[in-house]
Parts: sequence; C-alpha cells; structure tokens
Amino acid sequence: MGLDFTVLPKFIDQLLLGSMWTVAITVSAAVLSFFGGIFLAVVVLYAPKLVSLPFRVFSWLFMGTPLLLQLFLIYFGLIELGVDLPAFVAGVIGLGLHFAVYNSDIIQAGIKAVDTGQYEGARTLGLSKLQTLRKVVVPQAVRAVVPPIGNNMIALLKDSALVSVIGVTELTLSSQLAISKTFRPFEFYLAAAACYYVINLGLEAGLRRIERRIQTAR
Amino acid sequence: MDFDLILRVYPFFLEAAWVTIQLSVYSIALGLACGALGAAARLSRSKPARAAGAVYVSVIRGTPALIQLFILYFGGPQIGIQLDAFEAGVIGLGVNIGAYMTETMRGAIIAVDKGQGEAARTLGMSRAQAMRKVILPQAARLMIRPLGVNINAQIKGTALVAAISVVELTYTAQRYIGSTYKPFEMFFLAGVIYLVIIYATGLGISYLDRKAALR
Amino acid sequence: MSKPFVDIRHAAKKFGELEVLHDISMQIGKGEIVAIIGPSGSGKSTLLRAINDLDPLSSGEVWLEDMQVNKALPPRQYEKHINQVRQDIGMVFQHFNLFPHLTVRGNITLAPKMLKGISDAEANALAEEQLKRVGLLERIDYYPSQLSGGQKQRVAIARALAMKPKVMLFDEATSALDPELVEEVNQVMKQLAEEHMTMIIVTHEMGFAESVCDRVVFMDGGYVVEEGPPEVLFRNPSHERTRNFLRKHLQGQS
Repeated sequence: MGLDFTVLPKFIDQLLLGSMWTVAITVSAAVLSFFGGIFLAVVVLYAPKLVSLPFRVFSWLFMGTPLLLQLFLIYFGLIELGVDLPAFVAGVIGLGLHFAVYNSDIIQAGIKAVDTGQYEGARTLGLSKLQTLRKVVVPQAVRAVVPPIGNNMIALLKDSALVSVIGVTELTLSSQLAISKTFRPFEFYLAAAACYYVINLGLEAGLRRIERRIQTAR
Repeated sequence: MDFDLILRVYPFFLEAAWVTIQLSVYSIALGLACGALGAAARLSRSKPARAAGAVYVSVIRGTPALIQLFILYFGGPQIGIQLDAFEAGVIGLGVNIGAYMTETMRGAIIAVDKGQGEAARTLGMSRAQAMRKVILPQAARLMIRPLGVNINAQIKGTALVAAISVVELTYTAQRYIGSTYKPFEMFFLAGVIYLVIIYATGLGISYLDRKAALR
Repeated sequence: MSKPFVDIRHAAKKFGELEVLHDISMQIGKGEIVAIIGPSGSGKSTLLRAINDLDPLSSGEVWLEDMQVNKALPPRQYEKHINQVRQDIGMVFQHFNLFPHLTVRGNITLAPKMLKGISDAEANALAEEQLKRVGLLERIDYYPSQLSGGQKQRVAIARALAMKPKVMLFDEATSALDPELVEEVNQVMKQLAEEHMTMIIVTHEMGFAESVCDRVVFMDGGYVVEEGPPEVLFRNPSHERTRNFLRKHLQGQS
C-alpha cells in the first residue's frame, strides 16, 4: 500500500484541535494530581492511622493496577453509580487520581528526607511544629520534589493518550477519526507522534525553567 | 458486590492473566536487551552510535507508548511489517521500555565512582577491561532497584495492548464490564490479579537487591 | 554563688535499660561559663540537650531563672510553653543546622520575625547587628552552601544571638570543622565570654576550655565525676578517671 503523506494537510486542523484537547486534559489532570498528591501525602504522614487507612489502601490499589483499567473503572463505574460525567471529566479524574498517588509518594519522601537537624535548629529557636513545617521543612521539600514531579507530568502527557479509549477526542482519537476516513494509519499515527513530541518538548522546557527558578534560590 | 458473578468468570481472568504474564516476560526480556544496547551506544566513543542512542531514547520517551503500538500494529503492514497483535504487543512494549532501561543502565554506570575506572586504568587495564571487570559489576548492583521500577511499570504497561485487542487481563475486564455492567466486580477481579503479579515481582526484586548488596 | 541562673536538679535519663544520665545536679550562675568535657558516650551532649528539652529527661527538673523548662503540662500547653522558653535558650550544633533554602539574612531573621513580630526593617537591623558581632556582615546575602564551615558556624551563632537568649548552649560547635577554621569560631565564643554571656559548652578542646571557662565539669558514664576551676581540674585532678581521660586526650592532641 506504500506511504502517502499528502493526505495529512487536509486534516491538520483536526490534529491541532486534538492537540489542544491533549494539552487541556494534561493540564487539568496535572493540577488535580498535584493538589491531590499534597493532600494524600499530608493525610498519610500526619493523620491518625485509622483516618489515613482508606487513603493508604487507595494508594496501594492505584499503584498496583494499570491506568487503563482504572479509567474503565471510573468511566463505567460512575455510570453504574448513576453519575453520567462527560468523558473529558472522567478522563481528568482518572489521570489526576492515578498521578496523585505517584506524586504523594514523592512528596512523602521529600518531607521525610529533610534532615532532623533542621527540625532541631528550628525548634531550638522556639518555632512551633506548624511553623517549622511551614517555614523550614516544606520549602526544602519543594526543592527536592519538583524534578520528580516534573517527570510524572511528562509521563502524564503521554498517558493522556489512553483517554482516547473512553471517547475523549484528544490527539489520539482525532488521528483515529482521520484514519477511519483515509485508511492511512501509519501516516496519521506518525503525525500524532510528532505532535506529542513537540508538546513534550514544550513541557520539558517549561519544567526546566521552573526547576532553574527554584534552584537559583540556593 | 456480586460474588456469584466473580466466581463464574474468574477462570477467564486467570487465563487472561497468563497472557499478561507472557507479555510481561517477553517484553521485559526484549527491553533489557534494547536497554543494554542503548546504554552501550550512549556511552560509546563513536559519535554516530551516541547520536543513534540519543535519538532512540528521545523519540521513544517523547511519544506515547500507545501511539508507538498503533504505528507498529496498524501502520506496519503499509511498510511491509505483518505482525499479529501479540507479537506487535511484545515488540512495541519491549522497544518502549528499552528506552527507559537505557537511561537506567546508563545512569547506574555513570554513578560508579570515576576513581574506580581510573584506578583500573592505572593498573594497566584497557577501557573495555576496566568496564567489564570493575565498573559493570558495581553498576549491576546499582541498577537492580531502578530496573525494578521499570519492570513494575511495564507489567502495568501491558494493559495497553488491550487497545489492539490482545486478550489479556485489562481487555478481558473491559469486555466483561461491557457485557455484565458490573465495573466494580470486574475491576476488583482484575485488580487483585495485577496486584499479586506486581507485588510478587517486587518481592523478587527486593530479594535480588538484598542478595547483591551482601557481597 | 547567688541564686542559680540555670538549675539542673536530679536529672536522669534512660533509654530502656541503658542509663545515660544518673541523678545529675548542677547550678550555673548568671554570666558563668561552664565547659562540660568527657569521652564520647559520657552523656555530656544528652545533658546539654536536656536543658532546652530537645532530649527530654526521664526524671528530674531543669530551671531557667524562675521558670521550669521541662514542666509537666498537657501536650498543647506544653508546646506553647516550650516554644516560649526556647526563645530564651540559644543553641549551636555541631553540624550548624542552618536552613539551606534561606540566605544568611533569612536564617537570622526567620525566628525573630515569626515569634517576636518585629518588622522587616527591625529584623534587618538585628541581622546586621548580629553579623557584625561575628564579623560576617559582608556575607549577609549569601546562602549557607556558599560559606565555609567556620563561617556557617558563626552565622549559626548569630542566628541564636538574634533571639537575645539568656543562655547559650554549644554542642561541640567546633568538632565538625577543619582545624584551620576552629579558631575563628573560638574567637567569637571568647568575645561572648567577655560580654558575660551565660554559656554552657560541650567541647573536646581542652585548651579552649581552660582559657575561657570559669568552671569545667568532667563527665563519664553518665556521672559527673569531678568539677572545678579549669586550673585545678586540668592541672591537678583528684580522680583517676579524670587523669586517664586527660592523659589520653592530651596525647591524642599532640
């Protein structure tokens, strides 16, 4: 059948629109996963054991199962419970929760990694536990967790392709729609790959800037 | 929770789990091979080899595994590559995880103290000898844990081949969700199997890591 | 001696079966400078860290002026109480414990601003004043990672002084320093001594203890074996254990 890339230009608008949805879903899920991760980490580290138990079980479950399976659960499970969410929202929730668990892991490690001498230094000055956490521990933990959380966000961008299977018309599903009209999978998936690659470059550049800004404060 | 249903369908899930395990084993083996080659290329003294390694890592890690799988399986026939879904799954997933393993292995080799290589060279060893006898044995120990992370990700990553209709665990769960409208039961069933596979693998890796550390 | 300024009464501490402090009582007068010496594991650091309740005692009391430091209170009230008391007790650690994410200025002004509610301008003036005291004013906008060990420790002293403490505790403040950096920190401590700051100093440096301190306490195995003015304790110790320790230590130093 050979390759014929001349079919691409007609569908450029469709691919660009798909790319925008990919960016939108990535950003929304990233925000959810960031705050969800902080919440989970704080609950697991500081809440009474009994309160944190369901959250720890949830984390354990989500770490040990594939994202695709989780997406099916959330999409069909919500319907089952009578909550009919648009696919986009279900996708954001699924991706966001999945990566919140991974972010929480990183944040917990970052908080624990702050040297005990730092607590002692702050406490001998008379700072309370909360003040120590806010002014001494968290600012140092942030520095340690930004690079690995950035890596998670890059993984999130690529995993956002999975929401095509629950019917979110992002980049992957957009190219599939084009393929169903042209029967040219190689060309369109390659084009989609190129779009992802470019978005990824942009994301990496943005993350590097954030990292640099945080690191200069040393 | 509908336990009767779970009891009725679980044999199908176990069969599917076997497919997931095979996919995992083959693709991880391929990934390790790609990773070793990739790391060798990236650390090579030859500029073209370094460039090839860098492109491999950058392209694979810069695009979604799902798209890579689609290009191989759906696009392959256009360039004369005919694979069945399982083969495409193994190759696609293996080449994908290989790029991550390249970076893991390269990182571990770089992490071995520079003084170690220098000491070996001053004893008169060649670069290759120093690498084989001094650097690699130390790097091997360092890479067990991060490779374990890659492997863990890959086992979950095998779920992607559901999208090209390989009848593995996630595909099976999806199909039964569609036919029974019992998403929680099906998730529970598939989830338990994934958890067993993943945490058992994790235990194996911790064991290897401990054993390597004792020496 | 008039009324004690720091008063340690029957301090004892156990870790399970292991007794690291045995019924220690010690009074320190206002403006007095006391060195605590002894082999590692003698309990000297544990005793020092009990004074601001960083390592709580198993039994016994610690008083600063008219205030009991380790008062028995419900957790919430105790937390308030101890944070208040610690503002009056400066402490300097072996490993500095400067906050790496803050500049020298930030390290010094953090606690005064948060706890004493002073303005930015006042806090800056305070930081400058304290840095002048330790001779590091020109490093005010550096980060700790850009300082030498000796400079870090001087900043740590300035940070503690900025709280206007009534007493300063030094926990082997020069032990982690390269030999050539020890003197600059000793100089700062000497200067504080001349200003009659009350100081309790856990140290390995006998020469420094002899030249600066009013009194030297020798601890071993969780007991105070012997104490006295430096010229007596160092030149003419009355206990065999003290003699042994000093002999070994002076050999090691030469």
